[in-house]
Amino acid sequence: MLWLEGTPLAMMVSHGQFGFPALEMIHVTATTFVFGMITIVDLRLVGLLSRDSGVGNLYRDVIPLTWVAFVVAAATGILLFISQARAYSVNFAFQMKIAVLLLIGLNMLLFRRFVYPGIAKWDHGAAIPLAARIAGALSLVGWITVVSCARWIAYLMV
Amino acid sequence: MTDLLLWVAGLPIGPSLRVFSRFVPWLQIVHILANGIILGGVVMIDMRVWGISRSQATIAMARRFQAWIWGALAMLIVSGFLLIFYTPRRALIDLAFQVKMWSMVVAIAATVALLFALRSNSKAQADASWLAGLLGTLTLALWVFVTLAGRGRWFALWMSRMLQ
Repeated sequence: MLWLEGTPLAMMVSHGQFGFPALEMIHVTATTFVFGMITIVDLRLVGLLSRDSGVGNLYRDVIPLTWVAFVVAAATGILLFISQARAYSVNFAFQMKIAVLLLIGLNMLLFRRFVYPGIAKWDHGAAIPLAARIAGALSLVGWITVVSCARWIAYLMV
Repeated sequence: MTDLLLWVAGLPIGPSLRVFSRFVPWLQIVHILANGIILGGVVMIDMRVWGISRSQATIAMARRFQAWIWGALAMLIVSGFLLIFYTPRRALIDLAFQVKMWSMVVAIAATVALLFALRSNSKAQADASWLAGLLGTLTLALWVFVTLAGRGRWFALWMSRMLQ
């Protein structure tokens, strides 16, 4: 962790005039964007969004954009992390955030592997299978938790 | 704007609310989530307006996301007002905050204009007008700017240097 903080890139973020605040601004905005986009798919999966539009089409509309925002959030997040690697790695809110992010990733992998391939049966109008509803609900709760933990990081910094 | 903020910060309910300052992080979380829902709603409408949406056959379907935007905006404003009570000094002095408030006023106006431009072709499967396309792009850019300004310490730093 100490080595990470000493890398030239980390030094640029932590000692540059605007490095940290500028990256943080982009990080927060990208994360906010990810949450707003993924919520639309999650609510459709849970069944709280009109069934007029097929799940598959909505998924293909929303997910690519969400990935772009996620990559921006992750890249800026890594830079923010290395600037104060020691403090973040022992921060409980940060640890929780990363753990929940991993769980969200697992949830997404399981959804893609086991639920999404059978989408043709319930894409339009039909009742959404329980597995898809659970995946949507878990994702929604997960992302709310990630944003909550992220906000708490600053309050728990020592 | 400053007068309005001073008035809000000076309201007698401020001190009694400040007792509950442990709610600040939670209010901020609600504030961020509401901001995200607005961005999501604007993007969904824009995708239809730009003609790249697979999930929304008609503009009427896209316009339904306005309910998201207004609902989330209410959440954003209520949580925002409560946060002004807790940190009135920051709200009043911070230049980034002023920029955020004013750009939000413009963003709301652009959103209203966009939805108004879409009213004329809300039923048909027709493409949105060029004006709606322009307003859609402008609305998204403005809301992204508002979100950036919400965490705009960088901007405040830069501005304070420029003004010196």
